[in-house]
Amino acid sequence: MTAAVLPALSNLSTLPAAFQASEVNYVAVMPLFIVFVTALIGVLVEAFMPRERRHRVQVSVAVGGLLAAAVSIFWASSNLGLTMGLSDGSTNRSLFALAIDGPALFLQGAILLMGILGVLTMAERFGGVGPDAFTPSGASTPGSPVETAATRAGALTSEVFPLTVFAIFGMMLFPTTNDLIGMFVALEVLSLPLYILTGLARRRRLLSQEASLKYFLLGAFSSAFFLFGTALLYGYAGSVYFGDLSSAISTAPLAMNGLLLPGAFLVFVGLLFKVGAVPFHAWTPDVYQGAPTPVTGFMAACTKAAAFGAILRLAYVGLDTARWEWSNALVIVALLTMVVGSVLSVTQTDMKRLLAYSSIAHAGFILVGVLAFDRTGVGAVLFYIVAYGFSTIAAFAIVSLVRQNGAEATHLSQWAGLGKAHPVAASAFAFLMLAFAGIPLTSGFVSKFAVFSAAVGSGATGTVLAVVGVLCSAITVFVYARVIVLMFFSEAPAEKVEVVTPSAMTTFSIAIGTLTTLALGVVPASLLDLADRASQFVR
Amino acid sequence: MNSYVPILFMLGLGFAFAALSVFTSLVVGPKRYNRAKLEAYECGIQPTPQAAGGGRVPIKYYLTAMLFIIFDIESVFLYPFAVAFNKLGLFALVEMVLFILTVFIAYAYVWRRGGLEWD
Repeated sequence: MTAAVLPALSNLSTLPAAFQASEVNYVAVMPLFIVFVTALIGVLVEAFMPRERRHRVQVSVAVGGLLAAAVSIFWASSNLGLTMGLSDGSTNRSLFALAIDGPALFLQGAILLMGILGVLTMAERFGGVGPDAFTPSGASTPGSPVETAATRAGALTSEVFPLTVFAIFGMMLFPTTNDLIGMFVALEVLSLPLYILTGLARRRRLLSQEASLKYFLLGAFSSAFFLFGTALLYGYAGSVYFGDLSSAISTAPLAMNGLLLPGAFLVFVGLLFKVGAVPFHAWTPDVYQGAPTPVTGFMAACTKAAAFGAILRLAYVGLDTARWEWSNALVIVALLTMVVGSVLSVTQTDMKRLLAYSSIAHAGFILVGVLAFDRTGVGAVLFYIVAYGFSTIAAFAIVSLVRQNGAEATHLSQWAGLGKAHPVAASAFAFLMLAFAGIPLTSGFVSKFAVFSAAVGSGATGTVLAVVGVLCSAITVFVYARVIVLMFFSEAPAEKVEVVTPSAMTTFSIAIGTLTTLALGVVPASLLDLADRASQFVR
Repeated sequence: MNSYVPILFMLGLGFAFAALSVFTSLVVGPKRYNRAKLEAYECGIQPTPQAAGGGRVPIKYYLTAMLFIIFDIESVFLYPFAVAFNKLGLFALVEMVLFILTVFIAYAYVWRRGGLEWD
């Protein structure tokens, strides 16, 4: 084979000989930059701020930085395009690491807003000194002298805020990257803080640490898949940039498909793991159950947003020209995810595991939108991510308030009769359940309608997916209805279960999450319109 | 074939050096043993876990090694930068300063939180 046929060699021979500084559009990357600096400031606060003021300052720095970044998205949105790299005039290739486009900025904004709500629920102290959900010394027994000594020695839990902001930075980077290496770096930047946060639960420590280890090992495993896929795709295209990959697919000989297809599948495995799609979902229930509840809410909402953004970019920009080769595999994954997620959620007896399986089912519904392969599909996916994210953060925040003897009461039997004793919390939770089920007048209905109608519009396969999706939604309606019936029409358990009165911050995030769920159900037009306008990728 | 002779020579030299060092220290080195010297070498972790009922395991060596990796990575990037410094211009200089600043923030955190105290 000559060099002209092998895209790998032809790309390598055109690398620039002399050093050229990258072109950076600083306004376009401002949101990312602000979040990164916020995390660094958080680290410095953790190092130098006196202990008694640290928690308050950390929360203010995190929320302030995230808000500033969210505002800066308005300026970034008038600077759309590829940035952070250079264009090679001689071969007409653009070597840019970041793609600041509609989907990227929409998801960055969504992750920032959901991240703020996540930080606010993590800041809940219930009148104590540190964030209540976290432990300063995970190796000690709760309430033991070792733990008291660690607290006295200055071990505090306010590190969770810089960790969360670092994770948010990685999540914002994930759907923005325009090459496989950048995507891998973003994957790790978002994952590593999450592994730590998962292991920090104050109560049920061993469960939390077990979850953390499982998440880390399986996450490392899936990262290895992603990297191996990256290596194969690099071998195929001679470049890690999505633009090069896309053009290599249309020019390379068929004989090279031996590199393209395994590479594409392995990279998709790495990404599907992050959204918890079947058969890469095994970590989801354990991690959702073990992690501190505010972290679970944050993770469920924001990781999903970031990872689906990355899947969209890979599927629509990098590998779109080879769609016929790999889309059937993704269809099977979507079908399995919907069926397994909704069927297994029926058998759950723990509230956090139930919500975990529900999140698996939702990942399947979102995949149906991804597989529509047109702009309507992208818009529907973007809307679904926001609608699901806000409901999820509010739901997990309510779960963290329902307690028995100070510990979270997550077993379903403990939720019986909650509606009589605590009508407000139970009603809010019931409303969120209705949204997960996709009942009209909630955001869940609009988002499901959007993805399924996009799927039906895309052809026969999409129609099959939509029909299975509707059937699976019907199964999940049973699950959520059972929770509602349990809360409002059952006798309360003998031992008293209480709903702790939260601080203003948690109340705020529950209220915003619930009201957004309602607003997006009643007047979804403006966000649907925004998602539709943001659905165009740059190449 | 000729080009492999230096490699073979280097291999032999390596083995010879290792054997010589072990032999020399056996012959020349003082033999004053104490309790700490006879303990199994566990990279700074005490061979017997500290607390029987759980508790924290000392990870001092691990912390130091992690800190070393931070500076190791920094030098990995600094070295090529220093070699091509005059060709790279102001942009690369600013990039490098920002990079070093970021690493130093991590370093300041480790210092303030007691990561550099051995005991």
